[in-house]
Amino acid sequence: MSVLVVVECADGEVKKSSLEVATYGAEVAAMLGTTATAIAVGEATEANLAKLGEQGITKVLYDAEPRLKDFVNNAYTKLIATAAEQEQAKVIILANSNIGAAVGSRLSVRLKASLATNAVELPKTDNGQFVVRRGAFSGKAFSDVVLSGERKIIAVKKNSTEAKHEAGKTAEVQSFTAQLTDADFADAPTQVVMQDQAGGILLPEADRVVSGGRGMKGPENWGLIEDLAKALHAATACSKPVSDVDWRPHHEHVGQTGITVSPNLYIACGISGAIQHLAGVNSSKVIVVINKDPEAPFFKAADYGIVGDVFDVLPKLTAAVKELG
Amino acid sequence: MKFLVCISNVPDTTTKITFTPDNKEFNKAGVQFVINPWDEYALTRAIELKEAAGSGTVTVLNVGEADTEPNIRKALAIGADDAIRVNAAPQDAFFVAEQIAAVAKEGGYDVILMGKESIDYNGFQVHGMVGEMLGIPTVAPAMKLDMNGNTATLEREIEGGKEIVTVTTPFVASCQQPMCEPRIPNMRGIMTARTKPLKVVPPVGEPARTQVAEYALPPKKQGVKLIPAENAGELIKLLRNEAKVI
Ligand SMILES: Cc1cc2nc3c(=O)[nH]c(=O)nc-3n(C[C@H](O)[C@H](O)[C@H](O)COP(=O)(O)OP(=O)(O)OC[C@H]3O[C@@H](n4cnc5c(N)ncnc54)[C@H](O)[C@@H]3O)c2cc1C
Repeated sequence: MSVLVVVECADGEVKKSSLEVATYGAEVAAMLGTTATAIAVGEATEANLAKLGEQGITKVLYDAEPRLKDFVNNAYTKLIATAAEQEQAKVIILANSNIGAAVGSRLSVRLKASLATNAVELPKTDNGQFVVRRGAFSGKAFSDVVLSGERKIIAVKKNSTEAKHEAGKTAEVQSFTAQLTDADFADAPTQVVMQDQAGGILLPEADRVVSGGRGMKGPENWGLIEDLAKALHAATACSKPVSDVDWRPHHEHVGQTGITVSPNLYIACGISGAIQHLAGVNSSKVIVVINKDPEAPFFKAADYGIVGDVFDVLPKLTAAVKELG
Repeated sequence: MKFLVCISNVPDTTTKITFTPDNKEFNKAGVQFVINPWDEYALTRAIELKEAAGSGTVTVLNVGEADTEPNIRKALAIGADDAIRVNAAPQDAFFVAEQIAAVAKEGGYDVILMGKESIDYNGFQVHGMVGEMLGIPTVAPAMKLDMNGNTATLEREIEGGKEIVTVTTPFVASCQQPMCEPRIPNMRGIMTARTKPLKVVPPVGEPARTQVAEYALPPKKQGVKLIPAENAGELIKLLRNEAKVI
């Protein structure tokens, strides 16, 4: 009864959401009286993988096949399934990311496992049932699902658990091979294009997000959003109409039809708070709204608010952050 | 090219979510159901590709009970050619995927499209399950889909960027924006939809692998704390000292 954690890496580093998942996996393993092994996908350095010990992982498996650097659905599925069989994993934990969801769903069929995505808490194992709380109805509710299969797969929502860092603890890194063939790479990407990220912070993983809506009036004013984001080490985002008219790129659009984010801090500037926008941001821990209309619906979902003009308020906020040092 | 587009029937986005008193079921009373917004991208793109090729068919598939038929008719009005309803309440993603895979196998579809997830269950699972059940590639989530004969070129979203993926039919793709501009039905479409075939078939396969024990609502927000615009800087102090998020 071991726990297998899927750890995503890029440019040699373990992704932030995977550090969260590693912690979650180690805690599930402790609950079940076993240890957590990780299988790393993507490009990783051995030193960074060993550091997963800080999150409570005891062993890390890594296949250095170079074609695994980019996401290939079939190859990743086979790699993780092979590791799960080797480790006799009864519980497999992934991030609820685009990779985690794509692979987790294929794996659930291949391994005959029950799957819960979008998990927001550690599972409960009362009364012999294995119950996972997950987000549903676009952040407007939770559902507690019973995973009835012998094997269980959980995809954990980003920012819903905190990564722990127990300094000095290391995991044993073992090389691993799933004997992948050319056929496993038939759906390999022909090209990978990375977007420019504000300050190098990935929006889906960001701890803090500064977001602008139509109230920003035009792309020429985005410097105000970027200045505050930079001062706060935050990612930038926008509402749908803003990306529809190309003031900002599509990958910054949050909401029901855009990216879902759940940062610790979401600052909405000149955004009305339409329900479709809220659907993508309402599980943020703290929401700040700046809007000149005191009746803007967003204030109902906010923790802090300023009724005022963004052009006046944003520079003051940026200055105040800089003062904090 | 034979397209199979899977649509799910979901509560309208603006719905206030409530549950039955035992919290075991979603309270449908007075709720308007719509085609899942993500599925509209899949449907419209399939119709566009069929039109561009000048041949082919678009079949819509829904796993649901008879009350979903108005939305199936809406999909026909948007431009699908025919429809299949698997007559069963969707139990979980695995159950739904089994139904889709069975229909896909039977009908020999080349391209299976669906939305990235449903806005009620938020599973983000069915695409991969169907691909695995059929032993064909899945591209999820796809932001762009072009076809050239049997070869498809897709843009797949990855965190921080995109992958360009080329696959040959058959394949599954789960769609998201900005793939296309979803269409709305026009009068002519609504009229012709009434006469398009809608086949009802029984469910197949194994029971669900997950069960909902209970639903819950998030704790109510405390209410907004307003800071006067003149003292905007005060907000930053509150975020550090009170909310502890910076
Ligand atoms: C099916 C569907 C899916 C959708 N999906 C999404 C989605 O994923 N994401 C999304 O964001 N939207 C989505 N929408 C659109 C959504 O309904 C709203 O139209 C959109 O969120 C509004 O964006 P906005 O708040 O930026 O613009 P507006 O509604 O125009 O609001 C602008 C706000 O800025 C304020 N303002 C103006 N000037 C200033 C100023 N100088 N200082 C301060 N405040 C100012 C105004 O008071 C107003 O509240 C969707 C809609 C549909 C129908």
